[in-house]
Amino acid sequence: MELQRQHLIDPAICIRCNTCEEACPIDAITHNDLNYVVDFDKCESCMHCISPCPTGAIDSWRAVAKPWSVEEQLTWDDLPDDQEGDAVEEEDVDREIVAMFDVAEGKDRAKIIPPKTAPKPKLHLYSRNKPAKAVVAGNYRITDKDSDTDIRHIVLDFGATSFPVLEGQSIGILPPGEDEKGKPHHIRLYSIASPRDGERPNRNNLALTIKRVVDGDIKGVGSNYMCDLKKGDEVLVTGPFGQTFLMPDHPEANIIMVATGTGAAPMRAMTMRRQRVHPDAPGKLMLFLGARTPGDQPYFGPLKKLPKEFIDVNLSFSRMADQPKEYVQDRMHKEGEKLAELLKSNNTYVYICGLKGMEKGVEESFAGVCAARGLDWPSLEAEMKESGRYHVETY
Amino acid sequence: MSIDYSQKIPNNVNLNDDRRLQRALENWQPNYLKWWDDLGPNGSTDYDVYLRTAVSVDPKGWAHFEHVKMPDYRWGIFLTPVEGERQINFGQHKGEAAWQEVPGEYRGELRRLIVTQGDTEPASVEQQRALGKTCPSLYDLRNLFQVNVEEGRHLWAMVYLLHAHFGRDGREEADEMLERHSGDPDKPRILQAFNEETPDWLSFFMFTFFTDRDGKYQLASLAESGFDPLARSCRFMLTEEAHHMFVGESGVGRVIKRACEIMRDNKTDDVRAYGGIELELLQKYLNFHFSVSVDLFGQELSTNAANFYNMGLKGRYQETKIDDNHSLHDDSYIVSEIKGDVIGTTEAPALTAINERLRDDYIADCQLGVNRWNKIIQKLGIDFELTIPHRAFHRGIGSFSSINATPDGKIISQAEWEARQDEWLPSNEDREYVLSLMAPVTEPGKMANWIAAPDRGINNQAPEFEYVRFN
Repeated sequence: MELQRQHLIDPAICIRCNTCEEACPIDAITHNDLNYVVDFDKCESCMHCISPCPTGAIDSWRAVAKPWSVEEQLTWDDLPDDQEGDAVEEEDVDREIVAMFDVAEGKDRAKIIPPKTAPKPKLHLYSRNKPAKAVVAGNYRITDKDSDTDIRHIVLDFGATSFPVLEGQSIGILPPGEDEKGKPHHIRLYSIASPRDGERPNRNNLALTIKRVVDGDIKGVGSNYMCDLKKGDEVLVTGPFGQTFLMPDHPEANIIMVATGTGAAPMRAMTMRRQRVHPDAPGKLMLFLGARTPGDQPYFGPLKKLPKEFIDVNLSFSRMADQPKEYVQDRMHKEGEKLAELLKSNNTYVYICGLKGMEKGVEESFAGVCAARGLDWPSLEAEMKESGRYHVETY
Repeated sequence: MSIDYSQKIPNNVNLNDDRRLQRALENWQPNYLKWWDDLGPNGSTDYDVYLRTAVSVDPKGWAHFEHVKMPDYRWGIFLTPVEGERQINFGQHKGEAAWQEVPGEYRGELRRLIVTQGDTEPASVEQQRALGKTCPSLYDLRNLFQVNVEEGRHLWAMVYLLHAHFGRDGREEADEMLERHSGDPDKPRILQAFNEETPDWLSFFMFTFFTDRDGKYQLASLAESGFDPLARSCRFMLTEEAHHMFVGESGVGRVIKRACEIMRDNKTDDVRAYGGIELELLQKYLNFHFSVSVDLFGQELSTNAANFYNMGLKGRYQETKIDDNHSLHDDSYIVSEIKGDVIGTTEAPALTAINERLRDDYIADCQLGVNRWNKIIQKLGIDFELTIPHRAFHRGIGSFSSINATPDGKIISQAEWEARQDEWLPSNEDREYVLSLMAPVTEPGKMANWIAAPDRGINNQAPEFEYVRFN
């Protein structure tokens, strides 16, 4: 059953001030002596009621298989949970995705646990047999126009469909058509680049960072399909997927992020989440991003604008005409002092995302940084993995 | 319609087009800022406060939050946009086009209504000016300051009406708004409830719940006015007023929650031993603030109120949603009155009972809030119920001011009242106890021991968000 996203008002916080009812242009909000409630059949999600609300009670959303009626809502003392039993049936779970995650998260996958303060993710709500429909709300090139790397920022809007995600999770895309053997194309997996409450807060949307794959005459099916999408096009989506590569929610957590290319996507999601809810968090953010040139670096412009006190951004470029090659590993060595300081804290979390080849080099850098400062990397790494503080996703 | 922030006085009333009015307001503005400096929140000039500023008058205009110094807050003049051809919806002018200028024959009455409303706004800022020094958390301090700047903006709204529509008289009245001061023996504020100091945060929360709720009902009745600029000013003010209701309802709710947690966790009734405020004392504060607030609705039967209604100046609460003929000439209304040594009811002409009707709407609204508080108590498994006292209890205005009554509405002698009033109202010792708890807590995310943390941060901010920076 397709899940829907229902707009509700939290009765435990609402003070019945009538502001929302006054603000609603189509009378979708009503009340009795107990509660103010939103009529699911009338509400068009224009959001006029959201910002005037003095309490924030109006800003409540739940995934529902069957929407709550006005009559039910009028009797509540508290909001209900998301409706459960919402994942697809076992036989509909996409096996190919499970196999892809085995590769992406590495051989020790079974032992990996998520950070203790990460919320519980929703999984497999939609599958190949029962996909969700999303509409393209935007598709922008985010690499220089003269770069031969075409990386795009694509925003998908889910309209009235509930598609709850967390930073670090991925979604699957079903490219239309069939392969040369007449079978449907494999599901393409993309990491989400926006935080849990949407590319823009409280829009039911998410963003992806997708690189167009062209190798000689061979064009990647999924990436070219996605990169060619126009605003308004419909896309079939499965997921959400991923239950361990998730960010800690507590503001004291330090987060070290290492990525290359489109591996920047989950780092963008986590950074935006931190910026939205804990802009003055005591925990530190440290980001290492690698690309060939600034023109190839996704989100190069926005990254430059982030305040230094909020995040320590380290960009390395491997194809600069006037500079020696620098890879993320090199940069990590240069910042070894700061890295080691963070690694000493058991509140530090590491995320690595990018091409398969980078994983080994990054691990060696951590080992080198530690060895130079008398830290025992092998035991630290093992401890971090066991406590959900070291996460790798490579492809 | 967006608000023009490029001008000295942000506004959505095309102030630029009226040079004379603009100059008058620009002359008033420095006096206002001086008043804010002298009698606004004590010693707060340099703080950066996380405030919500209305940046446009459409619904999305409320979403603007940032840290600002309060003297730099963009006070201005915002009216809800004109809706088509608005009509007068009640009284003898019902069906006529709403007035865009003051009708000559009602000039005095309208001015009095606006001055009385306007005078309460700076008054409450003055009453609350010392509270910043004893805030229970940065979250609460920010809420206090938000209430204060919005009361300041409400004064601006009323002063604009006086300047724009009442000529020289209006300008003089506007000046006097800054010359009367809360509790000043020579030049007090007009309504007595606004001359009492707000000594502690429990009083502040009770005040915002009960007394600001009177404000909400007054504004809502003025938002029905046939004088369109007044109606549209008050309509816009109601959204700000809702924030004040929220501060009161959630503030008292959190004190209740903390008391109940102490009782549950320590299996005790002695909440004071653990530094909390016991439910019995909360009941006394409730009794006090409710009774002084119901006084603000005036006499039960009032020819003034009847005239204001008949003239189309001040309507009933949600006038247009009431299904009747909106003239009230032949209607009656049930009013409480003293019958010998008991309190009974009588039927009175609906027109003269208009104050009482608004008071009834107000009391029903208070009851819904108290029900919510009782839910908190119930959820935490404590056997106690807060109640609203009888309307005859502890009154200073209206027919019940001549008698003494218990909270359940039994008339008692003066001697019995004097012997027992400490059972129902906070005694000096009670007030001293509450005052003794008022020590500032300014570490982000921390709460004073007598109050629970809020369920949700302002603008969904995290609990440890630094709502106020002291610099």
